[in-house]
Amino acid sequence: MTKVKVAGTDKGDIMLYALSTCVWCGKTKKLLDELGVAYAYEDVDLLKGEERSAAVKEITAWNPAASFPTLVINNEKSIVGFKEAEIRQALA
Amino acid sequence: MTGGNIDEASVDRLYRQLDADAESGGYHLNPDREFTRSLVEGLLVNIDRYGYQACPCRLASGVKEEDLDIICPCDYRDPDVVEYGACFCGLYVNEAIKKGERQAEAVPERRGREMKEQKEETAGGVTVRLSQPVWRCKVCGYLCARPEAPDICPICKVPRERFERFV
Repeated sequence: MTKVKVAGTDKGDIMLYALSTCVWCGKTKKLLDELGVAYAYEDVDLLKGEERSAAVKEITAWNPAASFPTLVINNEKSIVGFKEAEIRQALA
Repeated sequence: MTGGNIDEASVDRLYRQLDADAESGGYHLNPDREFTRSLVEGLLVNIDRYGYQACPCRLASGVKEEDLDIICPCDYRDPDVVEYGACFCGLYVNEAIKKGERQAEAVPERRGREMKEQKEETAGGVTVRLSQPVWRCKVCGYLCARPEAPDICPICKVPRERFERFV
């Protein structure tokens, strides 16, 4: 599995690292869908081996705890956890 | 949410069991039924995937020994509920959230930091000789003095492997 792209309004490069089983990750995807922005996501628990290690390494650069969801906006900033107000503000 | 082959009846069964265990042990599940059902579904996915109920909101390694601390209920549940009113997932909540007086919010990851082990040999400068070793449940803090830790924690029901020798 690779990164899944979701079409929408271009608000820059928006990357969501998620888990398929995590409810907060699901809420984050729903919020991004609701905001109608274009984004990509990766369900890291569905990755195996080197693909998984590579994804964890990418997340760790933004979020040392490598927790989910981690949202990376334009390779400039990250929002860790489902922080609705912060996400809305960043993508307004 | 997670799709796959988890059926409704299994979700209901585990939900009822977790709820009964929580209430009998002084804990509460999140009152948001749909939210909690999704988490229970995640637990079932992980049981299916890894063979144990790894936290659905964390990335399990698949190696049980490495994941013991994040098998639900995780080692971080109690301190998170005390500090944030909910565990990392929001599955377990405090009284205020249960009653709807407060909402569960994003809880920062506690794993890998802050969990300082207190390794004092003596208490208050007094050395005590004990007739039995004392075992501590790493999940709920239950202590018991006996030759071996119990098979199942009588308070929070986690298995023996979640105990540590305390004294």
